[in-house]
Amino acid sequence: MQWDIVIGLEIHVQLATRTKIFSGSSTAYGAEPNTQANAVDLAMPGMLPVPNENAFRYAVMFGLATNAEIGRRSVFERKNYFYPDLPKGYQTTQLAEPIVGPGYVDIDLADGSSKRVRIHHAHLEEDAGKSLHEDYHGMTGIDLNRAGTPLIEVVTEPDMNSAEEAVAFAKKLHSLVTSLGICDGDMSQGSMRFDVNISLKPKGSGELGTRTETKNLNSFRFMEQAIAHEVERQMDILEDGGEIVQETRLYNGDRDESRSMRTKEEANDYRYFPCPDLLPVEIDDAFIEDARARLPELPDERKARFRDQYSLNDYDAGVLSGDARLAAFFEETVQHGKDAKLAANWIQGEFSARLNAEEKTVADSPISGAQLGALVVRIADNTVSSAGAKKVFEALWIGENTDVDAIIEEKGLKQVSDTGALEAMVDEVLSSMPEQVEQYKNEDNPKKRKKMLGGFMGPLMKASKGQGNPKLFNEILLKKLEG
Amino acid sequence: MSISREDIEKVAMLARIKVDDEQVSALEKDLGNILDLVDQLGTADTDSVEPMAHPLDAVQKLRADEVTETNQREAFQAIAPATEDGLYLVPRVIE
Repeated sequence: MQWDIVIGLEIHVQLATRTKIFSGSSTAYGAEPNTQANAVDLAMPGMLPVPNENAFRYAVMFGLATNAEIGRRSVFERKNYFYPDLPKGYQTTQLAEPIVGPGYVDIDLADGSSKRVRIHHAHLEEDAGKSLHEDYHGMTGIDLNRAGTPLIEVVTEPDMNSAEEAVAFAKKLHSLVTSLGICDGDMSQGSMRFDVNISLKPKGSGELGTRTETKNLNSFRFMEQAIAHEVERQMDILEDGGEIVQETRLYNGDRDESRSMRTKEEANDYRYFPCPDLLPVEIDDAFIEDARARLPELPDERKARFRDQYSLNDYDAGVLSGDARLAAFFEETVQHGKDAKLAANWIQGEFSARLNAEEKTVADSPISGAQLGALVVRIADNTVSSAGAKKVFEALWIGENTDVDAIIEEKGLKQVSDTGALEAMVDEVLSSMPEQVEQYKNEDNPKKRKKMLGGFMGPLMKASKGQGNPKLFNEILLKKLEG
Repeated sequence: MSISREDIEKVAMLARIKVDDEQVSALEKDLGNILDLVDQLGTADTDSVEPMAHPLDAVQKLRADEVTETNQREAFQAIAPATEDGLYLVPRVIE
């Protein structure tokens, strides 16, 4: 049987505020355990929450960037459940009246088409602390530094029909929130976490099947794998005539396995009710207009500008504009390196490969856009060959030296572009290879001639100790052999 | 309106309150009375009344995003039953 896959996402986005959503504790990552957990965060008796203005500002910016209605009046509710990383015994969140109402995001797909994914709403809430299940004498360790960190939970409509679409949406959202500067986007530190709702229905059927929810995926790769895994699991059950149980599942990316966390029957009964500690929050026009004025260039606009301003093709413009930090790096490189196409190639090639290999982000790059730009200038003006440029890049990367010209000098990577010197080398090489020269002259097939021409390049590069300008060598060779 | 023993046991479990069998009978009566009162309230005509999120006719003030809290871990952990390496220790939780 043929199946349609139906996917909806819930995404937790940690907001990059300086302080927590309801207290003045710092949210800086990496502090000693519990040094950023004060009386409010610890739920000491008598404490009252006071909401952070910036959390609302960031949520409104997100709403404006996703074409959403802004909730001019939003209400916090208590979602009750017991877990030791949630000291109050409830999470303060929003339900019926969220800050961000229905909106949408358009995603680009590999086949060149684009698709609109609707967002049901996005609400503000607080993050929980962390449980450390290592053995503390049979007990669990609790770090509450993260408790109270502001989140927006973005809930989509079930508008995605493949892992590709879900991942494209997730990447687009990542690109949006990092461009807006409302989230640092650092997935390895849990800044964005995805829950995936998946169901299958017979192809073309109008009725949705029973869905499962796979929780807490924190990388695009795991998300893609988890979807593939869950689709296959459901398909096997359905094709054997079984039924899908509505449940929450956990996916283990390292083992490509999933297991049931809880079924609907055991589902938590959260007993939501409006939080009596917090009054309704009203957002006025001035607040919304102030947030609008703070909106930076968004990924779609940036992509269009990259195409126009730098004459990049659609693919290059898409890759380089998606991530705000990569886009800034690219622009810095072009500013110093002039040649946008060459800069684009180096950033998507050598630079990205190196970041990936070392599992680094653009923010941890040991080289700056200005340095790469300086190298691009030297490639464009033929001072270094592309092989030589790779050596310069390596030296910059490992911090051997910070100056491109000094590295070229020091390593003797300057290409010889002095025509007289190159011509002498060509003469010498040709006279040492009379048979090949004869063969070349007698060959009529242009393709074969081109190939034979390449045969002279090896000895020429050797004669010039790798420093001869290959383009000039080529020109001189043609002149000598054809002339 | 009456409330069943099962409902009482479920609510007690959700609230992590231990309730023994004799108490359940008493609660059946007490909670039933409360629910009767709620039913009575439910008969009031509220068509022209806007739902209320808070009894105070006021809106929430927001706070500037500035760090105002300092590290007081030592004071807080002095009153905790068990701590180690800066962590609060709790009975083991496994999900």
